[in-house]
Amino acid sequence: MHLGVEEPIRECQYNQICTHNSSPMGTPHTKKKKIKRKWQVFQGRNKFYCNGRIMMAKQTGVFYLTMVLILVTSGLFFAFDCPFLASNLTPAIPAIGGVLFIFVMGMLLRASFSDPGVLPRATPEEAADIERQIDTTNGPSGPGYRPPPRTREVLINGQTVKLKYCFTCKIFRPPRASHCSLCDNCVERFDHHCPWVGNCVGRRNYRFFYLFILSLSFLTIFIFAFVITHISIFLDGCTVLEVVVCFFSVWSIVGLSGFHTYLISSNQTTNEDIKGSWSSKRGKGNYNPYSYGNFITNFCAALCGPLPPSLIDRRGFVQPDTPQPAAQTNGTGACPSNQVQSHMCAQDQCIQSTKFVLQAATNPLLHSQTVILGGGTPLQAKTSLGGPCSTLGPSQPSLPSSIPGLSCGGELMALRDSEIHCHHHLHHQHFISPEETPSPPAALPCATHLGHHVHPAQLFDPASQDSLHEDSVRGLVKLSSV
Amino acid sequence: MAETHSLQDLRQAAVASKVFVQRDYTSGTICKFQTKFPAELESRIDKQQFEETIQTLNNLYADAEKLGGRSYLEGCLACLTAYTIFLCMETHYEKVLKKIAKYIQEQNEKIYAPLGLLLTDPIERGLRVVEITIFEDRSIGSR
Repeated sequence: MHLGVEEPIRECQYNQICTHNSSPMGTPHTKKKKIKRKWQVFQGRNKFYCNGRIMMAKQTGVFYLTMVLILVTSGLFFAFDCPFLASNLTPAIPAIGGVLFIFVMGMLLRASFSDPGVLPRATPEEAADIERQIDTTNGPSGPGYRPPPRTREVLINGQTVKLKYCFTCKIFRPPRASHCSLCDNCVERFDHHCPWVGNCVGRRNYRFFYLFILSLSFLTIFIFAFVITHISIFLDGCTVLEVVVCFFSVWSIVGLSGFHTYLISSNQTTNEDIKGSWSSKRGKGNYNPYSYGNFITNFCAALCGPLPPSLIDRRGFVQPDTPQPAAQTNGTGACPSNQVQSHMCAQDQCIQSTKFVLQAATNPLLHSQTVILGGGTPLQAKTSLGGPCSTLGPSQPSLPSSIPGLSCGGELMALRDSEIHCHHHLHHQHFISPEETPSPPAALPCATHLGHHVHPAQLFDPASQDSLHEDSVRGLVKLSSV
Repeated sequence: MAETHSLQDLRQAAVASKVFVQRDYTSGTICKFQTKFPAELESRIDKQQFEETIQTLNNLYADAEKLGGRSYLEGCLACLTAYTIFLCMETHYEKVLKKIAKYIQEQNEKIYAPLGLLLTDPIERGLRVVEITIFEDRSIGSR
């Protein structure tokens, strides 16, 4: 593979890639910067614990209430009723109660802490590519022209399904996915946002949620029944509290379990049911294209089907945005050198500037930022350009679309309409999220990357840099529109 | 001297553009990519070869998400052990994803890199797209 004459240069070039992050000639940014895990730069409104292992919604107050209610009621049951029941009836009662309780807690924690099926946001290149495709389909839009809502139609098992474009995540949502406005994420097979569980319920944790409410119904009925038995024999203060809690819980939880059993057997999500997406009232030929036909298969698919892994890789490390595959290496040795470094950074710079061109093409609003680069030789300055380059990862907030105000306005109208149709279900306040709340047009891109362009590095002052930036972007936009 | 690119050579080449192969939802929500041949690749790679790669990927993903005796057994076993069994063993889906990663690497090394192309594993893009990076076609060492 290596040819004689070019071998030394090539070897250094390979080595340079290996030592890019750890070389002593590294940029000030790379030196001081710690490698972050992806959860630390996650763009949604989730909270992470245990170094990214646990993922929950932002508001977790109601979840703690759920925990307290279950723990206190069960605790009182085991402490005060079980001794009586075990001695007077059978010791199997606390045993079964114990198993149920552990199962309930396990399923609750699993539903609360796992990733519901969050779809990672589009990379800038993807977003630009989609924008281009949309612009070609819709035709050029001048200022003041409101583009039509971005939808794509797809035929699934004979039903026409509309795929909506998510302005926040910059993707066309897969069928059955929805954007949760509370967590600010698109979630696959979005069911609802459950404040009791402190998380969204989606593709990856629906079975845990269902098993939680099912087992909780059994536990509630179990406790209720035996507490009534106990009261009928011997009245006690604590027992009364348990009766009250259980009485109210039974109606809501059993009702909810029943509702979700119906949903699973017809393979619908809460979202779809509330909107009446597959209801026959909508039209004669309207049916659910995702149903497997019979309720047994639907059940098995929902509860025992394969569990897809998390798409957001929250414990992975943030990589600098380069095109080479992550783990490709042929065991080259270390040979750091100045030239080699600048070459790599130039490539980095080239890649970044391509990205910026694409971003700039989609965003006419240019913010001027001062970028003071280390003066001195162009070589060093190029190197320092590479530093901020490396801070950019897929985590950067994507830029707003070209006519954000107007397109967001259109989406807001749709939002209000769908909100009217949403209502609370039974006694529980599940937040069935309407179509996504569009991100404000003023979503600020990260300040550091805006000062970059392909000109050789110098000390910049804001005014000249701004005009240089605009000129280069205009030129590049022309190129990219060809 | 003109030579075919190897995977390492690609790292020095500049990115000309990226092509995104989108998901195909006509069979429902299962993971499947469109086999339509993108226009930008016409000059670079054989249509047949490209479609074969995508089709193989689709088959692998279908295998991962297949409902059948094996997946039900795995699901039931997991439920009975309160999902602790996944601390010791991998899910079938994860095993298939590893297979896919290996397949993509192999395809890159054998077929795509020599043509100045690079496939990105869809899992790195949240299973939304197959990203194909097109590198500028220039011979190495002529800098």
